[in-house]
Amino acid sequence: MQLIVNIIVLAAIYALLACGYVLIYRVSRVLNMAHGEIAMLGAYLLYTTASLFVANPFTAIAVAVVMSLTVGVLVYVLLMRKMTGEMVLAAILTTIAIGILLRGLIVLIWSAAQQHPLQALHFSNPSLEVFGGARISACAALMVVMTAVVYGGLFAFLRFGRWGVRMRAAGQNPLLAAQRGVNLNAIYALAWALSSLSGSIAGMLIALDSGLDQTMVVIGLKAFAPALVGGLDSLVGALVGSLIVAAAEVLAIHYIDPLLSDVVPFLVLIGMLIVRPWGLFGTREELDRV
Amino acid sequence: MSRPPRASGYFRTSYAQDLALVGTRFERTSLGVFVLALLAFPFMASAFQLDLACQVFLACVGALSLMLLTGYAGQISLGHAGLMAAGAFTVGILFRETNAPFWITLPAAALVGALLGIIFGLPSLRLRGLYLAVSTLALHFVVIYVGGEYESRRGFSTGIVIDPPTLGGVAISDGRVWYFILLAAAAATLLLCVNLLRARSGRAWRAIRAHETVAEALGISIAGYKLLAFVISSAITAVAGALFAYYRGFVSVEAFSLFLTIQYLAMVIIGGMGSLLGALLGAAFVTIFPYIIETGLLALPGAQRYASLLFAVNYAGFGLVMILFLIFEPLGLVGIWHRIQSYFLLWPFKHRSASGSRR
Repeated sequence: MQLIVNIIVLAAIYALLACGYVLIYRVSRVLNMAHGEIAMLGAYLLYTTASLFVANPFTAIAVAVVMSLTVGVLVYVLLMRKMTGEMVLAAILTTIAIGILLRGLIVLIWSAAQQHPLQALHFSNPSLEVFGGARISACAALMVVMTAVVYGGLFAFLRFGRWGVRMRAAGQNPLLAAQRGVNLNAIYALAWALSSLSGSIAGMLIALDSGLDQTMVVIGLKAFAPALVGGLDSLVGALVGSLIVAAAEVLAIHYIDPLLSDVVPFLVLIGMLIVRPWGLFGTREELDRV
Repeated sequence: MSRPPRASGYFRTSYAQDLALVGTRFERTSLGVFVLALLAFPFMASAFQLDLACQVFLACVGALSLMLLTGYAGQISLGHAGLMAAGAFTVGILFRETNAPFWITLPAAALVGALLGIIFGLPSLRLRGLYLAVSTLALHFVVIYVGGEYESRRGFSTGIVIDPPTLGGVAISDGRVWYFILLAAAAATLLLCVNLLRARSGRAWRAIRAHETVAEALGISIAGYKLLAFVISSAITAVAGALFAYYRGFVSVEAFSLFLTIQYLAMVIIGGMGSLLGALLGAAFVTIFPYIIETGLLALPGAQRYASLLFAVNYAGFGLVMILFLIFEPLGLVGIWHRIQSYFLLWPFKHRSASGSRR
């Protein structure tokens, strides 16, 4: 029972982070290697706002969310806009460089010590009992709920929203979309904003649950595996991929060796790349974008 | 890919001239002066400068091998640190388990690197661009995990200590000796790369990088040359890792984080894609950059307060420099160098005449 709960919680973490990769890749074919750092930045922003608005934790959360949206837009407008149409390698490297820059800035501003936004917000994190005697912390439960909310919102947005439809159009064929009057720059900025938002929510919840330090980057990197296993341009794929990777990781930790936790997602990833490089639900694109 | 500009036409009239690495008298003299300066350097430099130079040479070996793979053959690899780790651990494990001397461990490291090169390269036969980058990244984590596992299983939880290699019964621990060894290694790597690139293999790699389908139509074995690029590059990288292990006298997985890969990629990018000179310039720049920042920061008033932040400033500065190069100077340092050269060659004109623009 506890194992299943662990798998679901880990899958929720991965899914929330993975949808950020998927959103950006689907729209602009750029792989954002700075996603873990952006998620971490969101968590640190929450920590700061929590100490600014001590009396009102919900204001703090709202302000942090808005700020993380802004971060996404800024990263696109200031840096990634110049990289559209460049080589894949250059775009990836730019995101990697952004990641390094952010990591350095975060340590400069907030120091490398572990922080606890939970205390700063004066929330408690009780351990809840769910079915069958398994336990789950309140924050982890919130994580699962938030994942469902975010994915529900994204599905509805992409299916019915005016901008969501534009976004899908831009992803399918940027040239034709632009011909039909879709503002590609706005769409790309929106994709970055949404990705940064979902990533930051994940970062905040992880930080609330287990404290905040530089290790979050590794979680962000690991979350890349589910996104690719499911197919880089499919949200459903990201969900399924998260479940698969989380299950593999939790089972490996439990039955084989706890040290494996950092490798299992990548092993699953390699396996997937060998069998079906475009992922479970991804469209089989021409893998020719050097 | 930018060519070095020349002042006048230099026409070769014999095959011997075509094969010569240094053609003109000016090239010969400048090369001679440069080599003399390199040879004289350790007798004037402080221990710190000597160490810095050694680090640059080590970085040169690694950067050249990555340039071969990424800059010329066009295969993106994010597993460079993993390959270096493989070389270093080969040395560490062989030394610890069998007490093997360096003339066994170095070839062994090259062999392990070559084998891993095949493994790293196999995905490249099916995957391109982004997906290849990801698969090499995944392999990096696997290699690091195996290394960490060995460390913890055998009880070297903090790392493996390696004695300095002995040559004729004398342990090599002097900085100056290391300087010459690493200089020789870098020079040998450079020579190997130059010759690989002007032979059939180099032309094949460039063709693959430019367009795979066309290259195949020209009769180039895509799979073979891709794997060859991976194997050669990985073998050199593993040797670089092995040299690193001997030079430091210490192997630990912490030294081979993803950041190292990023540093090497930065060398290739900052130096300039598709140029061996770029790899050398990039290696020197990236290696020396943190020390420049350190001196700059410590020169500011109230230096002690910043000392603890040094690491973070390095990170941020490094990321910033990389972004600036990627966005504003994609040709890298070599591009800047060539632009300066052309400026002086063409002066007082700004542009080449349209008819004489053969180069």
